[in-house]
Amino acid sequence: MMTKQNLIDYTLHLADNALIIGHRNSEWCGHGPILEQDIAISNIALDYIGQARNFYQYAAQLQGNAATEDSLAYLRDVVDFKNCLLVELPNGDWGQTILRQFFFSTYQYFFFQQLQNSLDEQLAAIAEKALKEVTYHVRWSSEWAIRLGDGTEESKQRMLLAVDELWSYTGEMFQEAGYERLAVSEGYGIDLTSIKNSWDAKIKSVFEEATLSLPTVAWMQSGGKEGQHSEHLGFVLGEMQFLQRANPGAEW
Amino acid sequence: MEIITKNSTANNTSSEINKRIWEILETVPDPEVPVLSVIDLGVVRKVELTQVPTSTCWQVEVFVTPTYTGCPAMDVMKMSIRMALLQQGFTDIIITQVLSPAWTTDWMSDIGKQKLKAYGITPPQYKQAVCTPDSFQQEEAIPCPLCNSYNTRLVSQFGSTACKALYQCNDCKEPFDYFKCH
Repeated sequence: MMTKQNLIDYTLHLADNALIIGHRNSEWCGHGPILEQDIAISNIALDYIGQARNFYQYAAQLQGNAATEDSLAYLRDVVDFKNCLLVELPNGDWGQTILRQFFFSTYQYFFFQQLQNSLDEQLAAIAEKALKEVTYHVRWSSEWAIRLGDGTEESKQRMLLAVDELWSYTGEMFQEAGYERLAVSEGYGIDLTSIKNSWDAKIKSVFEEATLSLPTVAWMQSGGKEGQHSEHLGFVLGEMQFLQRANPGAEW
Repeated sequence: MEIITKNSTANNTSSEINKRIWEILETVPDPEVPVLSVIDLGVVRKVELTQVPTSTCWQVEVFVTPTYTGCPAMDVMKMSIRMALLQQGFTDIIITQVLSPAWTTDWMSDIGKQKLKAYGITPPQYKQAVCTPDSFQQEEAIPCPLCNSYNTRLVSQFGSTACKALYQCNDCKEPFDYFKCH
């Protein structure tokens, strides 16, 4: 069935976004610049794993055929993943991780606000739940973006580099993939153009406070949502999936 | 302790059994904050009983809602609920997760909040303006669980578990967890 497959793809896209940024954030565990912020980013990683589980469980239920949240997370290959390129990029320094978090959390905040009204009850319920956590993520990441941008000479330089590094990956969040277009027409998906202005406004206001200027570069990277990934995702999956592939079905 | 067996439930009405189940659930602790039961925490939303046809057994369905989506304590709570009911003779148990309406700290019982404070964790304030994404908001005044002073400061929005923020009392210097509003 065309429709059901599309709902599965749409759900997997949301799950993959959460899983991959959650995994990236978890790489900071034990390496954060100070203990409290190490704990903060690890907590945020945990929230993402929770989001990912909810979406994967739902996708597995839709898919049937013995699919589980684990098989979807651990046994699909790079071309099957539908996450945005932004979330798979290496963490870089703390500033770059913070800025990515701010870009992505702000996107998720407006996205989940809308998704709460999805005609699909389960997607709406997951969004309602996740939105509470994402609200904290936006606060935390925007405060750090401001502290670092309007901080010392060095923190400012690093934030400027982070902006250069990440900006061209922000456009993909608002570029509709095929399953997103269909999801909108079927009533359960979000029209991405409807949240772009809110995202722009929030980024602009935080950048102003952080004394950072918005890039004027218009060219944007894309492809991740359709399975065309950077070389980085393969390494992420290599580490994350190794255990389940080497020891199928292994449990704690 | 009275054990309800398959046979002994036969003469009980469903409302008596329902009451019994809520009593059992009162004994199931949150593994991270063991002074709180799953009832205090507000994660049990309802219990449904269905008499199994042509038998005296009851099927018990417990509806639970997660506190935080990624909280590993949730899996433990579900397992503990199942174990507690099994121990009391219920064998046909379904635990169903509901996400909407999303859990809020407003569902924590007043008794639970008192227990939390006695345990050294400041209980959640009623949910208010804190749940917006604006940066550098005026922090709410959080009392120290040790000396009750409101002269405290936020150390980190994210604490030892997903549900807590880290504070320090400026008066008695006690570092403490705040069960943050959600």
